[in-house]
Amino acid sequence: MSNLLAHPGALLIAGAVGLIVLRGRVRTAVALIVPLVALYVAWQVPDGIAAQARFLDYEIAPFAGDKLSRLFAIIFAIMVFGGALFALNQTKALELPAAFLYGGSAIGVAFAGDLITVFVFWEIMAIGSTLVVWSAGGRSAYRASLRYLMIHLLGGVLLMAGIAGHVAEFGSIAFGSMTLDSPAHWLILAGFLINAGAPPLSAWLPDAYPEASWSGMVFLSAFTTKTAVYVLLRGFPGTELLLYIGLFMIFYGIVYALLENDMRRILAYSIVNQVGFMVAGVGIGTEMALNGSAAHAFTHIIYKALLLMSAGSVLLMTGKSKCTDLGGLFQSMPLTAACGIIGALSISSFPLTSGFVSKSMISQAAVDEHMLYIWILLAAASAGVFLHAGIKFPWFVFFQKDSGMRPPDPPLNMRLAMLLFSALCIVLGVFPGPLYELLPYEVRFVPYTGAHVVTQLQLLLFSGLAFFVMLNYLRRTPTITLDVDWVYRRLLPPLCAAAASGLSRLGETFSAAASALSSRLVAALHQHHGPEGVLARTWPTGSMALWVMVLLLAYLLFYYL
Amino acid sequence: MIAPHFPVLQVVLPLLAAPIMVLLRSGRVAWVLATVVSWAALGIALSLLAQVADGSVVSYAIGSWPPPWGIEYRIDRVNAFLLVLVSLIASVVVVYSRASVAAEVPREQHYLFYTMYALCLAGLLGIAATGDGFNLFVFLEISSLSSYVLIALGRDRRALMASYQYLIMGTIGATFIVIGVGLLYLMTGTLNLADMASRLPQVTETRSVLAALAFLTVGISLKLALFPLHLWLPNAYAYAPSAVTAFLAATATKVSVYVLLRFYYSVFGESRVFSALPMGEILLVLSLGAMFIASTVAVFQHDLKRMFAYSSVAQIGYITLGVSLDSATGLTAGIVHLFNHALTKGALFLLLGSFALRLGAVKFENIGGIARVMPVTSFGIVLGGLSLIGIPGTVGFVSKWYLVLAAFDRGAWWLALLIVLSSLLALIYVWRFVEAAYFREPDETVAKLKEAPAEMLVPAWLMVGACIYFGLDTGLTVGGASQAAAELLRSGR
Repeated sequence: MSNLLAHPGALLIAGAVGLIVLRGRVRTAVALIVPLVALYVAWQVPDGIAAQARFLDYEIAPFAGDKLSRLFAIIFAIMVFGGALFALNQTKALELPAAFLYGGSAIGVAFAGDLITVFVFWEIMAIGSTLVVWSAGGRSAYRASLRYLMIHLLGGVLLMAGIAGHVAEFGSIAFGSMTLDSPAHWLILAGFLINAGAPPLSAWLPDAYPEASWSGMVFLSAFTTKTAVYVLLRGFPGTELLLYIGLFMIFYGIVYALLENDMRRILAYSIVNQVGFMVAGVGIGTEMALNGSAAHAFTHIIYKALLLMSAGSVLLMTGKSKCTDLGGLFQSMPLTAACGIIGALSISSFPLTSGFVSKSMISQAAVDEHMLYIWILLAAASAGVFLHAGIKFPWFVFFQKDSGMRPPDPPLNMRLAMLLFSALCIVLGVFPGPLYELLPYEVRFVPYTGAHVVTQLQLLLFSGLAFFVMLNYLRRTPTITLDVDWVYRRLLPPLCAAAASGLSRLGETFSAAASALSSRLVAALHQHHGPEGVLARTWPTGSMALWVMVLLLAYLLFYYL
Repeated sequence: MIAPHFPVLQVVLPLLAAPIMVLLRSGRVAWVLATVVSWAALGIALSLLAQVADGSVVSYAIGSWPPPWGIEYRIDRVNAFLLVLVSLIASVVVVYSRASVAAEVPREQHYLFYTMYALCLAGLLGIAATGDGFNLFVFLEISSLSSYVLIALGRDRRALMASYQYLIMGTIGATFIVIGVGLLYLMTGTLNLADMASRLPQVTETRSVLAALAFLTVGISLKLALFPLHLWLPNAYAYAPSAVTAFLAATATKVSVYVLLRFYYSVFGESRVFSALPMGEILLVLSLGAMFIASTVAVFQHDLKRMFAYSSVAQIGYITLGVSLDSATGLTAGIVHLFNHALTKGALFLLLGSFALRLGAVKFENIGGIARVMPVTSFGIVLGGLSLIGIPGTVGFVSKWYLVLAAFDRGAWWLALLIVLSSLLALIYVWRFVEAAYFREPDETVAKLKEAPAEMLVPAWLMVGACIYFGLDTGLTVGGASQAAAELLRSGR
């Protein structure tokens, strides 16, 4: 029991309670100190089972550590700290406690030694994250949070059915590596993948996350999908299916991010894209690939949070989030712009940033396994990432046309949070050693070889070239203000534009069909199940009695046959 | 000295208390008496459970006539478990009922209410305790007749109609049961259930026995409100006084499930019902129908009591689903859910009674924002609702877990999926409550309400607490249920 007190997740959840009760400076102190304590505690968790309990008929291990779980717990704790620092001036009182609950349960999953504990924290995480979305306030956030909750509870019940099936089949509750040889494991995988934002239910992520407040989305970007990566790393390493799912996610994210106009939705699609790299790494399944996925989750949490902090600062200071409404903000928000650019460089895996030292491991794993096509696809995707997140986000928000707005940089705590995460991005990029120390397997990989750096730089430069060549062309006619439609029509090849309109039309048709179908379904259900429906109205006694006779005859018939 | 008579005392105490209440004609005295006998019954049931915990069977011959000639009361681990459940619920509800009944039932009828309450309790305990087929029917009638009266005491005038319909349907059910018992008596020449079981193998292939099974199945299905014979239940639960709804929802259908199990496993035997006949498949289909159709109907209800009544029909589906799987795990799941659902629904209907006390009719349109003025009640309903959904840490999760486990044991992973998916329907109707109570602005009537009195909140929260406690510590419930399941499976061999 005393061991449970040293559970960093439990600490954060206790901190959530404190944040609800406390006010003023004490609350600030709790918000900053508790995650740091949790970080320290997570670092100290020993290998092996630290706490045991009995639940149902099983010995469960709610608290067990190894290198992989420590890695995720550490980054989750760092994230809660950075997010809390960033969100200190958030006026929505519920958001920070909800985020602590959310982060604490994510750490709970990371330290879960058995599947039941995974499930329990999984559900708490769904509730915590829903509260984060919901706390933004307003009708559309409320509705989005309900849709979000429904999807996640669906994932939860799939997971629960799978876990029960696993127990029925193998008699063990321990959380170890599984293969797709039984329906139970398929169900577990489906439950995990829903949280990862995998197809066909990827849409929950860009639907719900941008509805959160400017600080809420910073938290949301970190935990749900990365916890899914963690459980996939532990439960399904080397499952080939994941490779294809990951590749699909990568390109889904890129295509939709390129079509998107809202800066935070761009970044939301980009989460799907980045998680796709990690899932693909799990699918490759070699030690190098698994290390790469774990490291990429670690670095991605930092730079994606940084990007969203930068976007959140813009949203807070201007109240706008559409690319078409923004632009030229670098003049008055230099720090936000600089930090956003560091995040953008990291997500594009620019050498000397954290993204480079982690993503190159996944590509290298594909090379080592002689997966040529996979490697080519990953390389092409890297270019795509550079386009949609590396250039598109900072360019349209901070440069581009001058929107005329001159908001100052955000308050001190938010600047500090961005500076902290920018520093982490660069430090990890320059000195990847400590990160590699934390990885589950021994790292035999040197990121900064001439070949790696040159390949990556070539890739980035060439993919950037298109953008910048067109840019120069635009600059020569200064009377033209850069309009987003114009960019789409001229900057991307016509083919891409055709694909874009086709895709969005397809998407509209689908969503129209889906909403028509669902309203018709509800109407049909209501017709039969509604208060006046045949299944719900009060029947005359005679017809009830008739039913009794019908049933009796049916039974007799069945018995005599 | 008195301990050997416990099996019969259990039933006789409330049975004797009833006429005394009528004679004294005082609501207050009647309540005290009802409380005393309920708690005494609970004490006796607990001591009986302790006696049979080692697997022994307590047989009590009424009037010292040895079975099978005399009436035998026969307590094993199956019905001892049920006796504890029924008397526990009765003890909690009776404490609650004083304030609730005072508000919902005219003063001059109070003593009659408690008389009927005691009779109903005697009937339910009698059904559980007896080992005699005809005696079982008698107690079934005692409990049914008294529950018709209890339902008719509801302040809504539609309560009379609901009670009348329940009376007709319940009587048909009871008639079917007595026809079934009669046919078995015809074939075996005995009414003692254990004796009947030992003689049945000689006549098992006859059509009379099959007809007996059919009559019993339909009759008991009516009493336990198995889909599609549940039609009497929603109105009866919706219009009865709150305490009655809670008591009946938590006990009456559960006792009927016990009768079904007793006949299927102890009398006919598992192999005759499930292997030779397609009973498992039929029960499975009906259970799934209950789970999905009744839950969907519940989603669309306007009245909270009706909504939770339909939810009861759905939850009974989970119990019978466990039975239909015809395995030790399935049966354990069914029995554990019988217990767990009794706690959950008991808690929910007691809490709805607090709303009814302050509001009258408990409809969605008039509970907007009620969580602000009645936070304790509202939060209790949320916890009870979580248990209906099956969130870990509540009893609902425990039941669902074993059900899913049983489905996988049979290799029916699709069934496991259906079980967990159906819990999303429960989520929707529980969410409707949360949205109405927490996220809407209270209107003037609601804003003036006060929290329910402690004497109603404490019993209700005891049940809510039990929902959480037994969701974490499953030793007693799952242990008891698996022993009962083993006992039933053994007795059928």
